[in-house]
Amino acid sequence: MLVFLPDSLDEAFAAFEQCPDAQLLAGGTDFMVEVNYAHRRPPAVVCLSKVEQLRGWRRDGTDVVLGAGITHSEIEAPPLCELLPGLAQAARTVGSPQIRNAGTLGGNIATASPAGDTLPVLSVLDATIVVASRHDRRSLRLDELIVDPKHTSLRPGEIIVEVRLPASFGAQEFLKVGTRNAMVIAVASTALVVDWEGRSVRCALGSVGPVVIRATEAEQFIASKINWPEGSLPDAGAISQFTRLVRAAARPIDDHRSTADYRRHAVGICAARALERVLSGEAGVKTEWAS
Amino acid sequence: MSEFVDYQLKVNGVFHDVADAWLGESLLYVLRERLGLPGSKNACIQGECGSCSVLLDGKLVCSCLVLAASALDCDIVTVEGLCPEDDGLSDIQAAFLAEGGVQCGFCTPGFIVSVHDLLSRNPEPTDLEVREAVSGNLCRCTGYGRILAAVRSVQQARRQ
Repeated sequence: MLVFLPDSLDEAFAAFEQCPDAQLLAGGTDFMVEVNYAHRRPPAVVCLSKVEQLRGWRRDGTDVVLGAGITHSEIEAPPLCELLPGLAQAARTVGSPQIRNAGTLGGNIATASPAGDTLPVLSVLDATIVVASRHDRRSLRLDELIVDPKHTSLRPGEIIVEVRLPASFGAQEFLKVGTRNAMVIAVASTALVVDWEGRSVRCALGSVGPVVIRATEAEQFIASKINWPEGSLPDAGAISQFTRLVRAAARPIDDHRSTADYRRHAVGICAARALERVLSGEAGVKTEWAS
Repeated sequence: MSEFVDYQLKVNGVFHDVADAWLGESLLYVLRERLGLPGSKNACIQGECGSCSVLLDGKLVCSCLVLAASALDCDIVTVEGLCPEDDGLSDIQAAFLAEGGVQCGFCTPGFIVSVHDLLSRNPEPTDLEVREAVSGNLCRCTGYGRILAAVRSVQQARRQ
């Protein structure tokens, strides 16, 4: 196994040209497990940890542009947790402090796990994911990039470089169910955002299908029931129907972590609770946790 | 290009030669098997247990999940680097002993590094912040109560 340690994206692209079968290494929290257990022995590894261009973030008008190498710890801390409360909430549920200090947003996307915690949030915020190769640069939506479990539409030599999201957009929540709070892979998760200006609700489900699922029928139904000028839900019974539609949208499986039945049950509860929290103004990362 | 190379890592302020090493080795393996620093423990090698916790450029990470060769030019601090130079114990280590936060001791080095990281960033953590800070460290002996008591006692002692 060869190891490349590029200082810049250009050097990373050059390493790819030298070794087209090289594996990209971001935080290592998934890849190194496979190496340690001898499940993977790629001919070469291109480490992205020293590529400064991937590390930071910036404001661009009403957007936040995150470098793909930003860590979950950086997302869950101020000021990003204030600009991106739903993503911060998802980042906070990843692994442990050790994992969040190492794992990156770009790595979470590229790994393309059905249980990737940040992915439902990227879906509801209509994230634009920018990927670059030596000679090209293109922008993709999450559902264009992640096509199947563990499979992306990244072309040979392409690297995820940044993720563009709207700052302080609407009201956001992310909720996740697992067997404990720390070090847990989601059994079911939900990201929900209410766009007060556009009068729409977006709800994405994680860990209950091969890729993130948008519960579009549930979104449209509940948007039609919200009293938008007041920001209230006069018909309390609408939440039950919303929950049913969310459950109908899920396509879960039985596996070693849970059953399809439980996942369907849990994702409905997550979505209903996220909706209630968002409408009551209680959603998002609490500041005492964010420090 | 050879898959076995020589390189240097800076651990606890000292440059160490890593000789003729396979480039796929984890930092944990290099620390324990090549550099004679067995304080970081090898249990799960998948980032679940925290017993291999180290500081990498000041960030708490699991050394089993760090590709050692990628840590070139990084500042690595292991539990050995947190002890006073006279071979005594740090106040955190002493508090773990005094409060009964150590039983079999296997997880202890990882906890020491995590608690050191917490208290250096946040000298007055709340109970929830302490629990969250050690949520990536597993202990199967103590039930955690005495570990939390040890953290509390360091916090109080440092206040005086």
